[in-house]
Amino acid sequence: MKIYLKIWRQKDVDSKGKIVDYTLNNVESDMSFLEMLDVLNEDLVAKGEEPVEFDHDCREGICGTCSLMINGQPHGPDRLITVCQLHMRSFNDGDTIVIEPFRAKAFPVIKDLIVDRTAFDRIQQAGGYISVNTSGNPVDANAIPIKKHVADKAMDAATCIGCGACVAACKNASAMLFTSAKVSQFALLPQGRVEATERVQNMVRQMDLEGFGNCTNTGACEVECPKGISLENIARMNREYLSAAVEG
Amino acid sequence: MSGLIKSSIARKVVMALSGLFLVIFLVLHVTINLASVISPEFFNEASHFMGYNPLVQFIMQPILIAGVIVHFVMGFVLELQNKAARGIGYVKYKGSANAPWVSRNMIYSGLVILAFLGLHFYDFWIHEMAYKYVEANPEDPTRYYAETVEKFAPFWRTILYVVSFVLLSLHLWHGFASSFQSMGVNNKYTPGMKSFTKLFAVIVPLAFAFIAIYHHLNPITH
Ligand code: HEM
Ligand code: SF4
Ligand code: FES
Repeated sequence: MKIYLKIWRQKDVDSKGKIVDYTLNNVESDMSFLEMLDVLNEDLVAKGEEPVEFDHDCREGICGTCSLMINGQPHGPDRLITVCQLHMRSFNDGDTIVIEPFRAKAFPVIKDLIVDRTAFDRIQQAGGYISVNTSGNPVDANAIPIKKHVADKAMDAATCIGCGACVAACKNASAMLFTSAKVSQFALLPQGRVEATERVQNMVRQMDLEGFGNCTNTGACEVECPKGISLENIARMNREYLSAAVEG
Repeated sequence: MSGLIKSSIARKVVMALSGLFLVIFLVLHVTINLASVISPEFFNEASHFMGYNPLVQFIMQPILIAGVIVHFVMGFVLELQNKAARGIGYVKYKGSANAPWVSRNMIYSGLVILAFLGLHFYDFWIHEMAYKYVEANPEDPTRYYAETVEKFAPFWRTILYVVSFVLLSLHLWHGFASSFQSMGVNNKYTPGMKSFTKLFAVIVPLAFAFIAIYHHLNPITH
């Protein structure tokens, strides 16, 4: 099939970028979206032009590295998948596809479609850990009984791959879904309660410092999240935050 | 205000509490207004009580005005911060693919409500203040019904009110349930709360609109 591409090209952080048009004539419907971009890049390299830079690593939906805004939706039009799991059969012959980087002030564009998501790392570092006794007699995590549905919720929260689609989709570029998943995966479990008060306060403070927006509860993040992280996590983080404020 | 309340979650709690406070006020307001259709006598009594009771006038009314101001000022603060958080905008952004229109346009429904509040204050509040405190007229517990009905004689005012109530409906459609999420309440009652929100968001503005149209169509003939 024939695909018309409109791709954001930007030399580096300081340059002004622009949309550049490309046409691909021999796209197979069973290609993945990233393979389609590989074909484009082979063409560009053969012509002696700069290939389009885009992030990718595992190409199986588990690392959270791939990050493209495709026709106005992060990870493209399909639900519960990452860009690397998106296939060209989701498009039609003759379609025009607009490809842009995830946009947020806290995610500056490094080059073309690659953005700097280290803001997420700093949020995680601000409190996304637990203290474990490693000297002498460590207690096996499984020694503490945990209700099945609680363990399931913690596991669900922990499936967040930190891709940033929630921020990209949100009209406010809010990082509440990501941060709340990272808060929840610990807050739900007894091992995570030790640092619970400081964790939520520090992670939310870092989230705000990075310049992400406020949450309007539109729910766009939950819909676009490739892992289906629920808005319940945001409510839980709000509760954690409020009770932390009461505890002081 | 963003300096005072540094955390995004705290700002949203302020938004939610002030919004919920206004929701409660709407219930009181629509109840008294409905009396103007059912019983002019009761409407006069209730209006007179609200107008001259010192607790209502000097405690509740200032709190209400403060609530409105906190809510819309914080609304502007959030909107400006949220716009800034995107930075460079998308060439193509498909907001309708993942979030309802009402939730993405709270600032616009809010702005229409704010403009309406300007007109509404001019129509009733300024008039009351002038009547009571500037012209220092004597108390007249029977004047409210006729004054209210007269206000809705002009077609343009009735239409402006009705249009504003439609926007109020859209604002509540998202806002009411949203305020619970902001305060951390999302549990097995949330689906029920969302249904109730939709019912509330239709019924209350509809009642306001009905009252305005009713008085427009039934002028007092002397
Ligand atoms: C009777 C009048 C009003 C009522 C009952 C009301 C109610 C609410 C409620 C319940 C919320 C949800 C809060 C949350 O999500 O936590 C809300 C949000 C909002 N309101 Fe109002 N509101 C009113 C007037 C206004 C006015 C005059 C403005 C002026 C601009 C405004 C602007 C906003 C904005 C921008 C939001 C969304 C904030 C956000 O989540 O980003 N509202 N309102
Ligand atoms: S919450 Fe979902 S969309 Fe956001 S970073 Fe995690 S996996 Fe990606
Ligand atoms: S490349 Fe790893 S999730 Fe897409």
